[in-house]
Amino acid sequence: MSNFLRVAVLVVRKDLMVEARSLEVVSTTLFFALTVVLVFAFGLVREGRPVDDVAAAILWIATAFSGTLALGRTFERERQADTLRALMLAPADRPAIYAGKLVGMLLLMGLVELVLVPLIGLLFQAPIFDHPLHLAALLVAGTTGFAAVGTLFAAMLVRARSRDVMLPILLYPITVPVMIAGVRGTAALFQARPDEALAQFWIALLVFFDVVFVTLALWTFEPVMTE
Amino acid sequence: MIEDFDRLTVTSLSRHYGRRKALSKVTFSCSSGDIAGLLGPNGAGKSTLLAILGTLLAPSEGGVRYGDVTAEAGGAGLRARIGMLGHDLFLYPELTAHENLTFFGRLYGVPDAASRAGAALARAGLGERAHDAVSGFSRGMRQRVALERALLHQPRLLLLDEPFTGLDQASTAALVARLKEEQGRGVLTVLATHDLDVVDGLLTRELFLRNGRLMEVGVGEGSLRERYRAAIATA
Repeated sequence: MSNFLRVAVLVVRKDLMVEARSLEVVSTTLFFALTVVLVFAFGLVREGRPVDDVAAAILWIATAFSGTLALGRTFERERQADTLRALMLAPADRPAIYAGKLVGMLLLMGLVELVLVPLIGLLFQAPIFDHPLHLAALLVAGTTGFAAVGTLFAAMLVRARSRDVMLPILLYPITVPVMIAGVRGTAALFQARPDEALAQFWIALLVFFDVVFVTLALWTFEPVMTE
Repeated sequence: MIEDFDRLTVTSLSRHYGRRKALSKVTFSCSSGDIAGLLGPNGAGKSTLLAILGTLLAPSEGGVRYGDVTAEAGGAGLRARIGMLGHDLFLYPELTAHENLTFFGRLYGVPDAASRAGAALARAGLGERAHDAVSGFSRGMRQRVALERALLHQPRLLLLDEPFTGLDQASTAALVARLKEEQGRGVLTVLATHDLDVVDGLLTRELFLRNGRLMEVGVGEGSLRERYRAAIATA
């Protein structure tokens, strides 16, 4: 195994082990995501019928908001005992540490989405099982783009006093293209006559964003983390 | 490639945070086997200097050479030769002492990290608590685990920020003995401390810092506390 991969796997395993012990980030993120969906359901479902074409937007809003919470909590944990500095001090490729943190974040957000998607399907009568592969591809690609930028910014802001305010201010404008592509692609699948070709176009665009964001983040992680 | 070195040279090192100068034209050097003490009041620049020596912080001006290489040129190979104990201990409270040491050991590429971690904890007198979560440890016990974490990969340069905090008398004596042992192995130690009585006689270099400026270097007459007062008072 290459050194890069070895370090990334070590960081992922460590993050999963820490989370398995505390369940802090999973429980708060999941609770928050469910609350967001339920609040929208109370507002947008009348007599068992949801307002048309809102399911996709709610799915991505819940994903983005809960993802931001998860990013903040995950890096808060690294800040408390200054362990992010210990990771930076290690003789590892610093981008490998970023990659490990990113994969850990993706697994966490994926777990939340596993609960979110069926709930949205149930409450908003979204046809989540009609094109499961397309929907999964949209979620994976969209979450990757969002988490790629979020992980970089959360790491950058870990020592900033106003990190909780700064993270969404920096993250949301940059991930707007990801959110648009995610919502439009998912809406294309959830509409009365699903448009697979349109969904595939948005998936391709999301993959393009992922490549750009992950490459930029890997390239900039070391300089931005050396204060 | 592992970059080894036997000399640390700091030349005209400055670090600014906006308009505030945390360090100003600091110059000194140490050799293998030295135990250098960074001494000074709070806010003197001790932790900033340790962070720069640990390659975590880039200087605004001047530089540090580890043997013949700079931090930039040395990269990961150089970091493999540095061990650091920060004020915040760098430990995951949710993990056990053994898991913490094993994780960092593997990150540093230490062969057979798990058994080395076990041996290190036994040496620190924590063998029986090795599989307890660090969150349940006292400050002194965490300090001992953190020291073992910093030493697990046998660094050439050991950077310690307030290493005696929270230690009882026996643990302090054990740490002093350990530092002397590492000194014998040729480890170059730089430690920031306020515990002047503990390090009196231990230090081979005394670096008095005040307001980011180095006031005096060397080892003089009288007690360390007297020298400290004299050096800081002259600022």
